[in-house]
Amino acid sequence: MELAFALAIGALTASGVYLLLRARTFPVVVGLTLLSYGVNLFLFSSGRLVSGGQPIIGSTAAYSDPLPQALVLTAIVIGFAMTAFVVVLALRNLADNDDDHVDGRQSGTDSKLDSAEEVTGK
Amino acid sequence: MNHWLTAPILIPLFGGMLQVFMGYAPISLRRTLALTTTVLLLAASIVLLVMADDGSYRAYAFGNWQPPFGIVLVLDRLAALMLVMTSVLALFCHLYSIGGADEGNRQFHALFLFQLLGLNIAFLTGDLFNLFVAFEVLLIASYGLLMHGGGTTRTVPGLHYVVLNLIGSAIFLISVGMIYSVTGTLNMADLADKMADVSDENIHIVKAGGMMLLVVFGLKAAILPLCFWLPRAYAKATAPVAALFAVMTKVGIYAILRVYSLVFGDQAGELSGLGMDWLFPLALITLAMGVIGALGSESLKTLVAWQVIISVGTLLAAMSLGSVEGTSAALFYLLNTTWVVGGLFLVADLISRQRGTAADKIVTAPRMRNRTFLSVLFLIGAVAAAGLPPLSGFFAKLLILQSVTPGPQMAWLWSVILIGGFFSLIAYSRAGSIVFWRNVEGHIEDPGKLSGTVSVAAGALVALSIVIVALAGPISRYTDATAAQLHDSNAYIGILQTPMVGEDE
Repeated sequence: MELAFALAIGALTASGVYLLLRARTFPVVVGLTLLSYGVNLFLFSSGRLVSGGQPIIGSTAAYSDPLPQALVLTAIVIGFAMTAFVVVLALRNLADNDDDHVDGRQSGTDSKLDSAEEVTGK
Repeated sequence: MNHWLTAPILIPLFGGMLQVFMGYAPISLRRTLALTTTVLLLAASIVLLVMADDGSYRAYAFGNWQPPFGIVLVLDRLAALMLVMTSVLALFCHLYSIGGADEGNRQFHALFLFQLLGLNIAFLTGDLFNLFVAFEVLLIASYGLLMHGGGTTRTVPGLHYVVLNLIGSAIFLISVGMIYSVTGTLNMADLADKMADVSDENIHIVKAGGMMLLVVFGLKAAILPLCFWLPRAYAKATAPVAALFAVMTKVGIYAILRVYSLVFGDQAGELSGLGMDWLFPLALITLAMGVIGALGSESLKTLVAWQVIISVGTLLAAMSLGSVEGTSAALFYLLNTTWVVGGLFLVADLISRQRGTAADKIVTAPRMRNRTFLSVLFLIGAVAAAGLPPLSGFFAKLLILQSVTPGPQMAWLWSVILIGGFFSLIAYSRAGSIVFWRNVEGHIEDPGKLSGTVSVAAGALVALSIVIVALAGPISRYTDATAAQLHDSNAYIGILQTPMVGEDE
């Protein structure tokens, strides 16, 4: 179980980091999501992996640590809200710049438009 | 148990919730209520400062759970100092925003108050995971505030800021998980207690976790390899938001000071002083980088944003000396730099309002209407930020220079701070002389009039550097006591023995 779990975390984190380094906002958002899955699984495993254990002492022979479960729950809620926000922001970026490049418009092609924006931006 | 400790959290929470439901109320009512909330917050912070000044630790355990099993809020001198510093800055930023910057978004005041809520939780909490939650609260409010003001120029810096901080949150969670998996606790006092007992086979997991935590705090504090997001984001933000963000990097610095002086403090055995040998060189390089950025900046707001990075470098350099004097000097400098940089952001905005399309760019432009008033404010701010006598920046830098013991560290610190100070002086004088002295003929179509609120807010924040000089004696006594308290981590561990309600009689 440990090996499969570790491989899953590793695969999720590696693909997450790879996608984060892409130049378009959509892969970056997907990368953030994958990274947060990997992190949540990792956090869950910090209370040790037990099968058939309940988080209440005395109910079964083996019990599992309830605190990481609570932490993961908090992290999932926060991560979900943040992902929703970043999706909206990525859409706004697409609408503002007619391009979903993470740096807005590609420089060189239309630097004049950029400087016009600076002035009228307020 | 002391219920006053919840006041700096509950006041902005309830004030912010009221604002959420009052999005369509008349703007004057919303402004009055929002400003009342900030004033109440300042009053509560001052009460806590007076309480904390007796040098004892006060704890508030949520749900009456005996620490380390529940979440605790802990008030000591450092937390009280940070609270007062933040609420003073927030009050003036809020006052400035009422001068017109809060229009255009019905939830501006709610976001502003939630930002304060997150900051105050971060300063008061005694639990590592709760610190993560506080960071998320203040970050999500700051994402909203950073985008405030309309226009398209903020989208890209905002996107970078959000994505970087989400990656930071992921790293924070990983390091919390690593530390928890070995120690089985996240309460900072309990962690400090257990650090010495970590077995040899597990010590590397804790070390890796601790170093990753330093990366996260370094990202928040904008230490060199992680600082390039800051100038663009801050320079594009609306002025009162940028001024409030002057305290955001200080949260990272507070977290470094709290976690590394307590959890990885003297009692931690093999783990004591973890990562501190990295901090000193990084801080000096950050300082140098900030000065280079300031010299090359094309607009006043970018110049002030690089000043934020200069102050981060100076602060961390003094803190990483690891001595009581160094920490005390850093805290004194912290007060000075946060208020002055906040004030400079506001002054830069006032200047850009009077220069038409030249805005805050460092170029020649027609005369401003309120040239004398604005130039005096800019002069005071620049003198205080660059560290010239007779203002507070000079005393703060003097304290930092005095705190280092002779040796190679002293050579590095003195040369980098003094040469850096000289070059930042050049950057400020270049900006000031071009903006205020080199004028061209012509007129600006719509010269905005200075309203009373905005000039009072910007002026007061900059003038605080004179107040710091006048009160230098009491302030340095307080920072000395704070530093001494911070370096005695055994006293903090004592909060684990705090009697709960109903069991002490």
